[in-house]
Amino acid sequence: MYQFPAKLKTISYALIGIGLAALLYGFFAGGADAGHGHGHDNRPWASLLINNFFFLGISLGALFFLAVQYAANVGWSAGILRILEGITSFLPVAGGIMLVIVLASMFHLNHLYHWTAEGIMDPESEHFDSIIHGKKAFLNPLFFILRSVIYIIGWAYAAIVLRKLSLQGDRGTDLTWYNKSIKTSAIFLVFFAVTSSMAAWDWIMSIDTHWFSTLFGWYVFAGIFVSSVTTTALIAIHLKNKGHLPWLNDSHIHDLGKFMFAFSIFWTYLWFSQFMLIWYSNIPEEVTYYMPRFGEFKGLFITMLVMNFIFPLLILMSRDSKRNFGFLSFMGAVMIVGHWLNVYIMVTPGTVGLDWSIGFVEIGTFLGYVGLFIWVVFKRLAAVPLLIQHHPMNKESEHFHI
Amino acid sequence: MHYESPVREPLITGDKSYHDITVDVAKPIETNAPRSWWIAFSVSLIAFLWGIGCILYTIGEGIGVWGLNRTVNWAWDITNFVWWVGIGHAGTLISAVLLLFRQKWRMSINRSAEAMTIFAVVQAALFPGIHMGRIWLAYFVFPIPNQFGSLWVNFNSPLLWDVFAISTYFSVSLVFWYVGLIPDFAMLRDRAIKPIQKHIYGILSFGWGGKAKHWQRFEEVSLVLAGLATPLVLSVHTIVSMDFATSVIPGWHTTIFPPYFVAGAIFSGFAMVQTLLLIMRKMFKMEAYITIQHIEMMNIIIMVTGSIVGIAYITELFMAWYSGVEYEQYAFLNRATGPYWWAYWSMMICNVFSPQLMWFKKLRTSIMFTFIISIVVNIGMWFERFVIIVTSLHRDYLPSSWTMFSPSFVDIGIFIGTIGFFFVLFLLYARSFPVIAQAELKTILKSSGENYKKLQDQNHGEH
Repeated sequence: MYQFPAKLKTISYALIGIGLAALLYGFFAGGADAGHGHGHDNRPWASLLINNFFFLGISLGALFFLAVQYAANVGWSAGILRILEGITSFLPVAGGIMLVIVLASMFHLNHLYHWTAEGIMDPESEHFDSIIHGKKAFLNPLFFILRSVIYIIGWAYAAIVLRKLSLQGDRGTDLTWYNKSIKTSAIFLVFFAVTSSMAAWDWIMSIDTHWFSTLFGWYVFAGIFVSSVTTTALIAIHLKNKGHLPWLNDSHIHDLGKFMFAFSIFWTYLWFSQFMLIWYSNIPEEVTYYMPRFGEFKGLFITMLVMNFIFPLLILMSRDSKRNFGFLSFMGAVMIVGHWLNVYIMVTPGTVGLDWSIGFVEIGTFLGYVGLFIWVVFKRLAAVPLLIQHHPMNKESEHFHI
Repeated sequence: MHYESPVREPLITGDKSYHDITVDVAKPIETNAPRSWWIAFSVSLIAFLWGIGCILYTIGEGIGVWGLNRTVNWAWDITNFVWWVGIGHAGTLISAVLLLFRQKWRMSINRSAEAMTIFAVVQAALFPGIHMGRIWLAYFVFPIPNQFGSLWVNFNSPLLWDVFAISTYFSVSLVFWYVGLIPDFAMLRDRAIKPIQKHIYGILSFGWGGKAKHWQRFEEVSLVLAGLATPLVLSVHTIVSMDFATSVIPGWHTTIFPPYFVAGAIFSGFAMVQTLLLIMRKMFKMEAYITIQHIEMMNIIIMVTGSIVGIAYITELFMAWYSGVEYEQYAFLNRATGPYWWAYWSMMICNVFSPQLMWFKKLRTSIMFTFIISIVVNIGMWFERFVIIVTSLHRDYLPSSWTMFSPSFVDIGIFIGTIGFFFVLFLLYARSFPVIAQAELKTILKSSGENYKKLQDQNHGEH
């Protein structure tokens, strides 16, 4: 049985401490800085949303990956399923905080979502915006909260069911749990296909309320998926280096590296499709989205692209680099930061705007989330054996060699 | 050693030895064609000849013989083009993407799927050619130096990107297909009794000797080509989608087009593979290799890609409303409720509703049902392109020029002609090429053959 190392636990507590300090500083001490208005007040909230969405995405992506393993009868991955389950244990935590953010926004504790502004849907008001008014049937507080609750309960429920079934796989060779997992996964994947896009529209796209892009949900999904595969690889390498997971060999890590590589390119493909089509057509209501991102945020935007595309493309192309744990961990760290920046750039222009900077508030909150994530996930990993004892693919996975 | 979990079903059924596989695959080539083959061939040939007639008529008279008009200036020509390119996606997906994902079941179907891909791309490539009006100037689509008396092509145009995308795709698919064929041609060469046949297959097999070194190179090339072909699977239909999406026409300009076109292409490609394989399996008695499990797997892919397409349709519809752009909203309202409502709802029923029936195991393992759905899907995918193209054009920004499109007999004739041409090529292929990648298939006989699997279970029981 794996034990949650005391040292790692201490580190996670320290990180959580930093995170709390950063948020407290942002909420209470930040007012001492110069600058007023919505952008400034939004900064700690935006930081919370960015980090929470990023880590919610990692756990949701892991749940998607886990479901795919069952639905597609995958053999090689049997030895990493418990890691995926561990990551999904963060879903209810991040989901709960997401609901807090949503409720806070709807009750005007912050101004993250422009469409919640005072009088914006009221024809009598001077703040009236007829385009936003046209979206009222979808963008209204009650429906927004209801949708958020449905997504989070649906995902968390699927994660809990899959975990329960997998625990039965430790008990005996009876395969009922396995067949049930396949069915549950298939149903979850349908639910996921619809809700992952809609959640991206709601929580991220509606920040820039006027703007719209049909591809947006899939683009966000690709980022989520890369981040969670990367996280899975990082945890697998960490555990392997500590002498756990004897059933994993270089080939398994190599395969995770392939997923990191391939889906980085897939993410770039979707990034390019969205960007290029909007740039090419140059329609005012669409290019408005990229104006600040190619204006004040240009440096970050390009850096993010380099980290998420150029780096993995050049470094993860070769077979050897995907089998070198040090290399892969380094690339993993780069990609995690790169995809965090991606979320940052999606959220910040519409919430914080010109008041933006990446300082103690943002970095501290990120570190706090890393700590919380480690604490929740590793506690879950230490709860049961790191291998599903009677998974029918165990032997196939153990013999896996490429 | 490769080990396979006992929960996996065998991929080769019946008591087959290595030699049986050789004989079964070589049989359609070494024996006379069944009568059903001759009937199918004659019908296809007639359709093909009719198509040639219509094409020649178009070239002689000009594009005016089509049903195009001032408002709807792009209709069946481009619909057919996109339809055929889309169909041409399954082959490379099966051979490249499924290779990277180590899906062993691809081995019984990849050869024919790739052949189908190549023949479908040939049909697609016909349309831009005849669409130009002056086919004798077709070389203008390539970047040629100014000394030829003209200007360079417009690199800003997605139509030019299409030329590159499709010709690259065609070349890589062809090479990929051919590399796989080499050991199988060698098998035919070794079995041939007549000297002419022996000579032809000898040339085609490039002196393959089956040495370890040959196999090593073969596997290396396959992997490299798979790596090259995988981005191509995505790029081709992405660029086709950009023919529309870079414009500012409501219903055409939307960011989801690239991945959604790719999903639609895989969807229709698998449906066509399904149609062809079900016929071939019966005609040449390949039931032991193309098993119900293979059919079921393809049905699942059809269901998944159909659902992705369905989500994209609904996303487009929703975003048209959400955007608040009056023109977008009208374009979609017009699609669903305007004069072309029947095309829109045919598309919805065929592409979104019908694949959902595959959730039932009974239906997705039924051969008859699969055959019907595979045709329904391809009808649906043709309507999809028709809906995108014609309904977006026929009511443009100027209500005074709103009009309808009706195809002329030439439009219909050319379309039917390409279907005929496609089947002519496929039927000829089926009689002269090994329709199953037998050399590859033999590599999984011991791990996935029914008889060997039984043996394994017995051994397992004794220990």
